[in-house]
Amino acid sequence: MAIEPLQMSKGMTESIEKEIPLVTVKGLSKQFGSGCEYCSTPSHEEKEGNRCKHCGSIWAVRDIDFELYPGEILGVVGESGSGKSTMIRSLFLDEEVTNGSMTVSTYNKGKINIFNASAQQKRYIRNHVMGMVYQNPYLGLRMTFSSSGNIAEKLIAADNFHVGKIRERASELLDKVEIPISRMDEPPKNFSGGMQQRVQISKALANNPPLLLLDEVTTGLDLSVQAKVLDLIRSLQRELNVAMIVVSHDLGVIRMLADRTMVLRQGLVVEKGLTDQILEDPQHPYTQLLVHSLL
Amino acid sequence: MQTAENRWFETTNYNFAFLDEGSKREIRRKTLKAVAIPGYQVPFASRELPIGRGWGTGGLQLTLSLIGKKDCLKVIDQGNDDSVNAVSIRRLVMETTGVTTTEETGEATLIQTRHRIPEETLREDQILILQVPQPEPLRRVEPSEEVTRRQHAEMDYSAKWLQLYENIVKWGNITIGADYPVMVQQRYLMAPSPIPRWDNPKIHQANYLSLYGAGREKKIYAIPPYTDVVSLHFEDYPFEVESFTGKACRHCGSTHTFLDEITDERTGEKLYQCSDTAYCKKRQKEQRGTEVSHGN
Ligand SMILES: Nc1ncnc2c1ncn2[C@@H]1O[C@H](COP(=O)(O)OP(=O)(O)O)[C@@H](O)[C@H]1O
Ligand SMILES: [Mg+2]
Ligand SMILES: [Zn+2]
Repeated sequence: MAIEPLQMSKGMTESIEKEIPLVTVKGLSKQFGSGCEYCSTPSHEEKEGNRCKHCGSIWAVRDIDFELYPGEILGVVGESGSGKSTMIRSLFLDEEVTNGSMTVSTYNKGKINIFNASAQQKRYIRNHVMGMVYQNPYLGLRMTFSSSGNIAEKLIAADNFHVGKIRERASELLDKVEIPISRMDEPPKNFSGGMQQRVQISKALANNPPLLLLDEVTTGLDLSVQAKVLDLIRSLQRELNVAMIVVSHDLGVIRMLADRTMVLRQGLVVEKGLTDQILEDPQHPYTQLLVHSLL
Repeated sequence: MQTAENRWFETTNYNFAFLDEGSKREIRRKTLKAVAIPGYQVPFASRELPIGRGWGTGGLQLTLSLIGKKDCLKVIDQGNDDSVNAVSIRRLVMETTGVTTTEETGEATLIQTRHRIPEETLREDQILILQVPQPEPLRRVEPSEEVTRRQHAEMDYSAKWLQLYENIVKWGNITIGADYPVMVQQRYLMAPSPIPRWDNPKIHQANYLSLYGAGREKKIYAIPPYTDVVSLHFEDYPFEVESFTGKACRHCGSTHTFLDEITDERTGEKLYQCSDTAYCKKRQKEQRGTEVSHGN
């Protein structure tokens, strides 16, 4: 780690060194297409782009490294097509990665690269270790089943087979995301977009995972609804101390939520650091462009 | 007795038990695999038979591949030995094998059945063969075969449980009547075929072999003797069989069998009778026998 010890008090260095990352990702790459001899490894050159001139394959995500600490919110920002969804889908094991490793300290003491876990282990991880909130609620919810049933599915996957207890937990979760308990057995298809995202969040949190992944949760919602959902996410993070990776094309969303931020462009991380620092003093021309358009 | 004149076709042109030896061996191999992995659906190359698919051809292929000259066959359709379906299956097997058939559960070595398990407890030396229309217990909640195969591999049955949960939310209890899903040996979710819930407890730790054949869906599965078979249930919503409290069979007076409800056309009165007709007849005979022996 590139820490300048002289600029920090002794206590601070110690506390940083002691804390173990919840998530460690190394060399995460994902290629779409079969690839060819010219694109067998992802280029780190920004100029080269992410699309192979010879075979058309795309390195949607190129050699991403990061660490996420318990209870921290990491923002990932970038324009459409920069690889944000591919990255987060890879982390949630929706997408088979091409290269890389991911460890989670609470799963097998962080000793297993979960990208290589067995299908059964992956299922366990998706039910217990992380939750996902998709931009499109149709991907995360069974729209015609009851809302409580959507949560029940997660609880059942974690071996809860007592209907009374399942319903108790479902109402507790729905209450947390401000869905009236009187509507817990209504299907999400009856709900507004903002409410659907709330149900998705409560479902993702059903088994108290230490990590929540959110892909453009507020994109497409009315501005007033967006603000409320963002408030909810922040208060949940404080209350439950759950770590989050928040992906958005909107730097405004990232500014509201993220402690640290990575800027993604054509699958490459072009800048990363504390969100405040990035906003105040962006280094990369692309980040400068993003920040200036925000002002 | 069947005579050569009223045979459907010239059986001498066919192999013993209609199927050729290669096909029978292949089905037996798949059956052995099914026995080795209780509750797991083994794909097999379903053969053409002179009976339409969906009319018990899965069960029939199992019967034909297993039957030997010394076997005695019983065929039941919804508890009844006399339905058109049961009769035509029995005739086909009889004419192509010459084996004896019976309606007495105790006499049979092979019992092919649709929608019921006999009331009389079977013995270790008997084999029960069930006709299966839909072998996939997850099909109602997941249309894709690729996905259900993965769900079985990963033991991912939460979608089925969710169906039960939704039942309870909507109707206050689990509303599945026949073909109530079971967990086999704590591993595979299995469709017991459209038997009433009444019959589910019979397959748990049964002392005989049950084989399930789905001809149209090309699947074989099995429950070997002494296998755990548990009907899905929530801790606070126990599994329950149909209740016939206060009802009795109008023929044999039974209060411990699965009863069919019929309406008397003249009086409009609701009447009940054993669905397992062979068992009912046996009881009636025994009751008459007792009366007679009193006279002696
Ligand atoms: N399933 C796929 N097949 C082929 N290319 C894909 C697929 N998914 C994404 N891509 C490509 O990968 C790149 C990154 O896409 P995506 O991760 O969706 O970006 P973002 O979420 O930042 O908009 C894009 O060039 C996109 O076209
Ligand atoms: Mg996206
Ligand atoms: Zn290429």
